Amino acid sequence: MSAGWAGHLIIVPILLPLVAGAVLLLLREQRRTAKRVIALGTTATLVLVSALLLTGVACTGFAGDPATLVYRIGNWPAPFGIVLVLDWLSALMLVLTSVVGLATLIYAATRWDQAGPRFHTLLLFQLMGLNGAFLTGDLFNLFVFFEVLLAASFGLLLHGSSKARIKAALHYVALNVATSLLFLIGAALIYGVTGTLNMAHLVLQVASVSDQDLPMLQAGMAILTIAFLVKAGMWPLGFWLPRTYATAAPPVAALFTILSKVGVYAVLRVPLLLFVGEISRTAGAAQQWLFFGGVCTIAFGIIGVLAARRLSRIAGYSLTISAGTLLAAVGAGEGSVLAGALFYLVSSTLAVAAFYLLIELVERRDAATALGGEPVFDDEYVGLMPMEQESEIGVVIPASVAILGGGFAFCVLLIAGLPPLSGFLAKFAMINGLLDLRDTVGAPVWWLVGLIVGSGLATLIATTRAGIDLIWAPSESPQPALQLTEILPVGLLLAICLALTIFAGPVMRYMERTSQSLGDRHGYVEAVLGPQAAGR
Amino acid sequence: MELVLALGIGILTASGVWLILRPRTFQVILGLSLISYAVNMFIYAMGRLKVDAPPIVGSGAVEASRYDDPLPQALVLTAIVISFAMTALLLVVLLASRGITGTDHVDGDDGE
Repeated sequence: MSAGWAGHLIIVPILLPLVAGAVLLLLREQRRTAKRVIALGTTATLVLVSALLLTGVACTGFAGDPATLVYRIGNWPAPFGIVLVLDWLSALMLVLTSVVGLATLIYAATRWDQAGPRFHTLLLFQLMGLNGAFLTGDLFNLFVFFEVLLAASFGLLLHGSSKARIKAALHYVALNVATSLLFLIGAALIYGVTGTLNMAHLVLQVASVSDQDLPMLQAGMAILTIAFLVKAGMWPLGFWLPRTYATAAPPVAALFTILSKVGVYAVLRVPLLLFVGEISRTAGAAQQWLFFGGVCTIAFGIIGVLAARRLSRIAGYSLTISAGTLLAAVGAGEGSVLAGALFYLVSSTLAVAAFYLLIELVERRDAATALGGEPVFDDEYVGLMPMEQESEIGVVIPASVAILGGGFAFCVLLIAGLPPLSGFLAKFAMINGLLDLRDTVGAPVWWLVGLIVGSGLATLIATTRAGIDLIWAPSESPQPALQLTEILPVGLLLAICLALTIFAGPVMRYMERTSQSLGDRHGYVEAVLGPQAAGR
Repeated sequence: MELVLALGIGILTASGVWLILRPRTFQVILGLSLISYAVNMFIYAMGRLKVDAPPIVGSGAVEASRYDDPLPQALVLTAIVISFAMTALLLVVLLASRGITGTDHVDGDDGE
């Protein structure tokens, strides 16, 4: 491949936010409009580039050619150089990331980006880390990009610092630093046994590891997977997730919905590539752990969602439920279950992100979620100047309660997975795939099906209870003043979900090809290392 | 040689884990630093221990067993830089937490 400029398009999602974020650092904090314009322009370009990459993959893939594109940085041949790999799954994740990033940025432009310094830079660095983690084909680079996105997420979590946020951030940072150390131990063990960190090369090396070294490799893989599962929020490793996300500023929490999917992505990518399937002598065990871990996570999420009193907690636990559903589906098997799970991943990420944005609008009336606290750093300012600033951007729309109520109902339908929206289609596809497995897996399939249906019911009960209180109950406080720029990103995310519902056929075909490509180790190795290596 | 390294890694990790579980923020940070030292040495050990062996392979036919593995050294360097930055970041959060809550307990209150 690599025909002209199109070949270099793969690296744009990493370089562009890095450069733009660095440029933004040079601008003074007061030049807010310039910062907004640059950040919005960058993110819009990212959406465009990732959409181009996605169509590129889809076009070559559906035409019958191998769709995996490899970009050799510095043109060093793999496994000696570092490679970026674009395949079905990473193209999908890139589009998802940039869309959620754009929605977050538009939303924050109304007022949230004034709650603290350097919001746009941190957000762009976060996008860079996410894109890098999705693109890299190298275990150690995965670690580096994880650190980039974590470092940016620490800053974003502290955005608009208040007491609650600092307390949550302290736990979050300590937990993630410890997790990164686990990641390093796992990667080092794998390197010690196989002598490589390139994922495609690992596939070849793992197959020829001697029986004597196998326990070391398995230990390394297990430690690495634990690090991923902490990020994904699997029970009992995900206890931090709902509380941390509930304290983050709403646009930040919306962006973090994609952050928790990085863990799921890494589980899909690394262990599935290396440890499941025909080359593995440990099949089964790893997948069973994922399956039962996922089932426990859903159960934990259901209890949490029912117990939660605040909407942000409900959103956090629905993230836990969606992580559990995904992990259990990954553990249940490849093929049609995985395709449904990927559809669910896209739909639930968009829906929960929209939900986080909407929560703040709904709860603004009660204003209990006030920003504030005391400034911690010298160059920080706390508390917004809402009134005089709000007239600056956008038009105040009437009938805000109707719009909020409608959006809220839409979100709930998506998250709970009720017909006719994409959440339902995704759950339907997953359950359909699971029922095909009932002969091979047996009774546990019925647990998972029951839990998937039950989690929808629990989400519905919890959100209805909270929604009635917040939207329809009479309140003395004045109607919330909505800005067009705040409703627009929520509408954008929900419109994409609607489009996913309408064009479910083509989308589902894409997901099926994605799940096939995940099982196709041979194709992955051939794309990265060349046909000779794969033919071995 | 192997024994000394293994003992060093083990003692550092054990002390680090103990410190992480302590209730004071500064102890947690020191614990994380100790573990990151242990992890760095562990990565280095994964490239096998060799004494008096240069890490760079020249051109032409070479006998790989006479050289040290250069990759873990590069990995350790990256890991050191990253853990250094993370420790600095954690210190900032510690100071912010100390300033805003008035205590150095990890939960922000002493539970009194």
